Amino acid sequence: MKHLALIVRTLAAWSITLLIVFPLIWLVITAFKTEQQAIAIPPQLFFTPTMESFHEVDERSDYFLFAKNSVITSVVSTLLGLLIAAPAAYSMAFFRTKRTRDILMWMLSTKMMPAVGALVPIYVMAQTAGLLDSLTALIIVFTLSNLPIMVWMLYSGFKDIPPDILEAARMDGASIWGEFLHVIRPLAMGTLASTGLLCLVLSWNEAFWSLNLSSAKAGTLATLIASYSSPEGLFWAKLSAASLMAIAPIVVVGWFSQKQLVQGLTFGAVK
Amino acid sequence: MNRLLPRALMAPAVVTLFLWMIVPLVMTIYFSVVRYNLMQPGPKDFLGLANFEYFVTDPDFGPSVLNTLMLLGSVIAITVILGVALALLVNESFPGRGIVRVLLISPFFVMPTANALLWKHMMMNPVYGVLAQVAIFFGSTPVDWLTDHPLFSVILMVAWQWLPFACLIFITSLQSLDRDQMEAAGMDGANALQKFWFLTLPHLGRPIAVGVMIEMIFLMSVFAEIFTTTGGGPGNESTNVAFLIFKQALMNFDVGVASAGALFAVVLANIAAVFLIRMIGKNLD
Repeated sequence: MKHLALIVRTLAAWSITLLIVFPLIWLVITAFKTEQQAIAIPPQLFFTPTMESFHEVDERSDYFLFAKNSVITSVVSTLLGLLIAAPAAYSMAFFRTKRTRDILMWMLSTKMMPAVGALVPIYVMAQTAGLLDSLTALIIVFTLSNLPIMVWMLYSGFKDIPPDILEAARMDGASIWGEFLHVIRPLAMGTLASTGLLCLVLSWNEAFWSLNLSSAKAGTLATLIASYSSPEGLFWAKLSAASLMAIAPIVVVGWFSQKQLVQGLTFGAVK
Repeated sequence: MNRLLPRALMAPAVVTLFLWMIVPLVMTIYFSVVRYNLMQPGPKDFLGLANFEYFVTDPDFGPSVLNTLMLLGSVIAITVILGVALALLVNESFPGRGIVRVLLISPFFVMPTANALLWKHMMMNPVYGVLAQVAIFFGSTPVDWLTDHPLFSVILMVAWQWLPFACLIFITSLQSLDRDQMEAAGMDGANALQKFWFLTLPHLGRPIAVGVMIEMIFLMSVFAEIFTTTGGGPGNESTNVAFLIFKQALMNFDVGVASAGALFAVVLANIAAVFLIRMIGKNLD
C-alpha cells in the first residue's frame, strides 16, 4: 500500500513536471536543429544536432550588443541598488525608531504602483532629457523599481544579526564605519549576495520598461527576442537559439535564488 | 551625531524612492487634465475631466477592463489551484524530488518576451506548432489559438509563467506545517481529505492571500506577452488596460488621455495593495 502510493506519487509528479517544462525542453531541442528540421511535420525528436542557429543569430541581429546591454543594465542597477539600499537597511535594522516601521511600509507601497501607471511621465521625462534608448534611463528605472525589494530583504537579513555582537564591538570602541566593515559586513555577506542575485534576475528579465524605453541602441535581450515576433518568415531554430542564450544563464542563477525569491517578492510575508 | 547618522544613511533610499513615487504621480495628474499630444505641439490647455471622459467612453475601454479582469481572475485561479495541488504533490519525498522542484520553478525565470514567442510560434502555430501536431495526432482539427482564442492564449502564457511562483510560495509554506499535528489527526482517524480541509488549507490561507495579491499587482501590468504576440488583437479581443494606455500614449501619442487611463490603473492596483500592505504590516513585528 505504502509502496503503491510512492510509485503513484513519483509517476504523477514526474509526468506533470515534464508536461509543464515541456515548452522549455522543446526550446532547447529546437535550438540545435536546422530551420528545416524545426518546422518538419511530424516534429522530429531524433536528428543530428547542429550549432548552425547559434552562429546565425549574431548575423541576423547584433546579438552581442544586446547581451552586453543586458549585462550592463542588470549588473549596474543591482550594484547601484545595493549601494543605496544597504545603508538604509542597516540604519533601519540597528537604529530602530518609532518611524522605522512606517518607512518600511511606505517603501513597500511604492512597489505596489503598477508600472503602466508611471509609463507616460517616465517616457516624457526620458524624451525631454534625451535619454530615450539609453542605458542610463534603463539603469535608473531598474534600480528604482527594485529598490523597495532590496531594502526590505536587506533589512530582514540585518535584523537577524544578534545585537550583542554590535554592543561588544561598540564597547571596544569601534567606529560606526569599523563596525560596519568588520562586524556587519562579514555576517551580512550572504544577505547581500542573495539580494543582489534576486535583483539581477528581475532586471535581466524586465520587459515592460525595456520595450518602452529602448530599441536598437540600448535594447536588452528581452527587446531582441521581441523582435523575432514579426511574421517575416519561419526562423524558429534561430529564435530558440537566441532565447536559449538569453535565458540559460539567468535560469541557472534563478535555481540558486529560489528561497530569496519567495522572501523577496512576498516581502517576508511567507516563511 | 548618533541621531544624525542613521538618518543620513537612510536619506538616499528615502529621497530617491520619494521622487520615484511623487514625480510621476504629480506629472500624471497634471497631464490627465490638459491637452497634450506629442505630435501636436501647442499650449497645454486645461481640459478638466475631458481626458477621463474620452478614455472611459473609448469603445475599447469596456472590453479592456473586462479583459484585464478575465486575465487576472483566470491566471490567479489556475495558479492557486494547480499551485496548491503541485505543492502538496512534491511536498512528500519521492525519487528525484530535488530535480522536480528545480525543473518546476524554471518557467518563472524565462523572460516574458521569450516565453511569449515560444508559445506563439513553437506551441501555438496552427500548422507547425506542437499543439497543432498533437491535435492532428488525435484526429481533430488544429486550432489557430492566437486568432481564435487570443485572450485565452495570453492567459495560458502568463499562467505558465506564474504557476511556478505560486507553487514555490506554497512549498515554502508547507514546510512550516506542524507534522505532529498531522500525525495526531491521522491517529484520531482523520482521512486525507479531512486533514487537507481542516489542517493544510487553513495553514495555506495566508500564503494564498499573499500570492493572490502579489499576482494582482504584477498581472495588472501584463504587457510584454500581449505586445509580442497578439498586439492586443484581433480587434480589441486581447487588449487589457495596460496595453490600452500604451496604445494611447505611444501609438496615438495622446499623453493626456493615456495619463487619465494610468490613474485609473493606479486606483485599481491600490485596492489590492491596501490589503496586502496591512497583512505584511501585521507580520512585521
